[in-house]
Amino acid sequence: MQGKTVEKLDRVVVRFAGDSGDGMQLTGSRFTDATAVVGNDLATLPDFPAEIRAPAGTPHGVSAFQIHFASRDILTPGDHPNVLVAMNPAALITNVETLEKGGTVIVNEDGFSDHNLRKAGYESNPLEDGSLDDYQLFRVPMTSMTVRATEGIDEISSRDAARSKNLFALGLVSWMYGRPTEPTVDWIGKKFADTPAIGAANLAAFRAGYNFGETAELLAVHYEIDAAPAPPGTYRNVNGTQALAYGLVAAAIQSGLGLFYASYPITPASELLHSLSRHQRLGVRTVQAEDEIAAVNMALGAAFAGQLGVTATSGPGMDLKAETIGLAVAYELPLVVVDVQRAGPSTGMPTKTEAADLMMALYGRHGESPLPVIAPSTPSDCFDGAIAAARIAVTHRTPVILLTDTFLANSSEPWKLPDVASLPKIDPDFATDPSGFMPYARDANLARPWAIPGTPGLRHRIGGLEKEDGTGNISYAPANHEHMTHLRAERVARVSVPDIEVDDPDGASLLVLGWGSSYGAIQGAARRLRREKGLRVATAHIRHLSPLPANTGEVLRSFKRVLVPEMNMGQLVMVLRAEYLVDCESYTKVDGLPIFTRDMMEVIEPRC
Amino acid sequence: MLSKADFSSDQETRWCPGCGDYAILASVQSFMPELGIPPDRIVFVTGIGCAGRFVYYMDTYGMHGIHGRAPALATGVATSRPDLSVWVVSGDGDALSIGGNHLIHTLRRNVPLKILLFNNQIYGLTKGQYSPTSEQGKVTKSTPFGSQDHPFNPVSLALGAEASFVARTVDTDKAHVAATLKAAAAHQGAALVEIYQNCNVFNDGAFDAVRAKGQREVNQIRLEHGAPVRFGIEGERGVARGAGGRLELVDVADVGEEALIVHDAERADPSLAFELAHLADRPTGPTPIGVFRSVERPVYGEALARELEEARASVGPQQLEELLHSGQTWTVS
Repeated sequence: MQGKTVEKLDRVVVRFAGDSGDGMQLTGSRFTDATAVVGNDLATLPDFPAEIRAPAGTPHGVSAFQIHFASRDILTPGDHPNVLVAMNPAALITNVETLEKGGTVIVNEDGFSDHNLRKAGYESNPLEDGSLDDYQLFRVPMTSMTVRATEGIDEISSRDAARSKNLFALGLVSWMYGRPTEPTVDWIGKKFADTPAIGAANLAAFRAGYNFGETAELLAVHYEIDAAPAPPGTYRNVNGTQALAYGLVAAAIQSGLGLFYASYPITPASELLHSLSRHQRLGVRTVQAEDEIAAVNMALGAAFAGQLGVTATSGPGMDLKAETIGLAVAYELPLVVVDVQRAGPSTGMPTKTEAADLMMALYGRHGESPLPVIAPSTPSDCFDGAIAAARIAVTHRTPVILLTDTFLANSSEPWKLPDVASLPKIDPDFATDPSGFMPYARDANLARPWAIPGTPGLRHRIGGLEKEDGTGNISYAPANHEHMTHLRAERVARVSVPDIEVDDPDGASLLVLGWGSSYGAIQGAARRLRREKGLRVATAHIRHLSPLPANTGEVLRSFKRVLVPEMNMGQLVMVLRAEYLVDCESYTKVDGLPIFTRDMMEVIEPRC
Repeated sequence: MLSKADFSSDQETRWCPGCGDYAILASVQSFMPELGIPPDRIVFVTGIGCAGRFVYYMDTYGMHGIHGRAPALATGVATSRPDLSVWVVSGDGDALSIGGNHLIHTLRRNVPLKILLFNNQIYGLTKGQYSPTSEQGKVTKSTPFGSQDHPFNPVSLALGAEASFVARTVDTDKAHVAATLKAAAAHQGAALVEIYQNCNVFNDGAFDAVRAKGQREVNQIRLEHGAPVRFGIEGERGVARGAGGRLELVDVADVGEEALIVHDAERADPSLAFELAHLADRPTGPTPIGVFRSVERPVYGEALARELEEARASVGPQQLEELLHSGQTWTVS
């Protein structure tokens, strides 16, 4: 590295962008793994189109992966990239505006043909017309250098070789930020064990990119980012989908129940089906049902039979499952329904995030049909959220809705692995005693017995028709329905949830109260405003949306102003105003993107 | 020894007086002891409609589901608990209209369920609209000028959905109902039994041709595996392959007994069963009843259930620990 300057940075945001066939998600996830090994804190955001292969070279076919990594604790994938890697003009035109002023643009010069420029909508070549003067532009002929680097590998056409150009980009950026090469080299070896020629081409491309950085005159500086201080422990990188899958498996093991997971493919929830279907050896059964309604009914049937019944979907699927979730409310059986929220209405934007299903989760069934609702706040929190959902479902004999979103599902962060021995046990407490058995008898939580088929002497029938409390016999008696309606509400109210914890180091008059995946942006903004501007701002997060924590009203009333940021048109704020008669303010964002730290800083600062 | 009383719940039956459901219920309760399965290991699952109430009258485990979804609920039960005998009771609206999708997929998967489809060719519980099995031109409350819909033939639909067992019987024919249910129960996999069921309030007499005394003797074509297909009071009529290759109703005296087709319910290809299903598009004349098709094919989830059971027996904290640590980890000390 003779002649190269090393600069220390405390945080960097890199965005890889290319055509959806260019392998940008793969490039990003390899870079993430190498970053995790260094010990940086990190957060990632994949951003890809719904189309599997949109027409090549067009703006709507652009797929991007953003990673924020730092030598300190960070909470979000970053608002504005410092570095943009653009593999073609479409990637540049769709991403350059988010880049920080003065930021670095690294382009694959070979991708900027007249044809590609036209497809992206450029009238002149931005590499030459001065439109990128505000940025540091590096033009690297990645495709041709990759092809040259792979010459001499037998059985590789130049077309196949050119496909490895994403590994060239990965190698180059890995050099720029001092990422170790071993994790990527090892990964290539394993991934292409059966196709050694393609493996060799990828390895050659990766090394060529790395060496280009080291030797070429073009890049004069490379950077170091120290490891972030973190509590001792074993860590892994995890996205919300993986964490949720692990949480469900953990809940099954901790309860001794079989995990029965039925779902119908839908973006972005399908990833959970893929993830869980790999764990048959752990006793996990996955069923790809014929439709959303079948999926939730299968899970509910399995619950009746004594399994941990789980289904997952995204918005449109939730609409379809609503009637069955209401049936589960009437059955009073454990059921976990995961809604990976996405932008709506209708098909909306399947790969874009939103958190606008809160009202549906709380109230989106006919009749009075209450149930517990939980929303994890970070990718790794999906693990704990899944266990909490299963525990409440099983011990309270109720369907539980777990609200995540596209951002949480796809975003990743380092996760300190929990001590398995410390995870809570979940007792299914199956009924076995026939003496005086009544299917709708009540325990202290007003939960009824879970008497599974095959148990001698506990035969009973359940249904969606209103039933007499205790006996479970069909009843249309006015007083009984009144009683049962209140009882079902009380059953949810008796779920014990932790109090809201307020972070208020300076005695602020403003509370920013969030839920779901806005956690990172709210915390990040509050920290920066406190640190950089000395502002006083308090923060809190609601994880249990139903029942709400017992101290919610008290917390709301102890601040002069309460701001509730949401990725919807103001759903939690409506609940809080209605329930507690507190004049909370709303901040809404519904552009399909997560709430960014900068968004939060802009709305918090004038209110402090 | 189990008896009918062991399968009868304490709930008062509330179908209309004279409803065909009473006869079916009595037959099922009487037949159940023959299975030799304790009622604690039997689960009935129903949907919405008059047939949906069936579950409350059986003293077994039971789930009354929502409209059309009983096969899906039952799939959850049966696939996770192969030790249970799971029965679905549905109607023509429940199974063929709102729940049509679940029915065909349950049949193609060959989920080990016994599905009793009470076909009365009318919506009874909602007080008399036409159903997906009502004849074209049917005048009902919702079709005052006659229905324009072409009806389903449930046996044909089930065969088209790759069902491994398909049968048809008639509500009041106690012996035939019992024999048909027994064959369905013995079948490994999904079994669909269409039961012609008279709705004496909204569609009385729809099945008189095969149900009423004086007509049924003439019109029931009782299918028996391995036997020539003949019918009529003296067995004087039969089914033979005509000149164009189609099945035809014939007088045995005209064609000779050797010309009659021999029923083969176990034939791998469903074409004969399909032809028999279309001998009568409507149950208004000679109509086949009995087992149309009964073939073996892999039962959904059975092998997997055993594997999962074994896997679960040996899964504990250590396996969870390994799962969480799978993939790339790093340690901060």
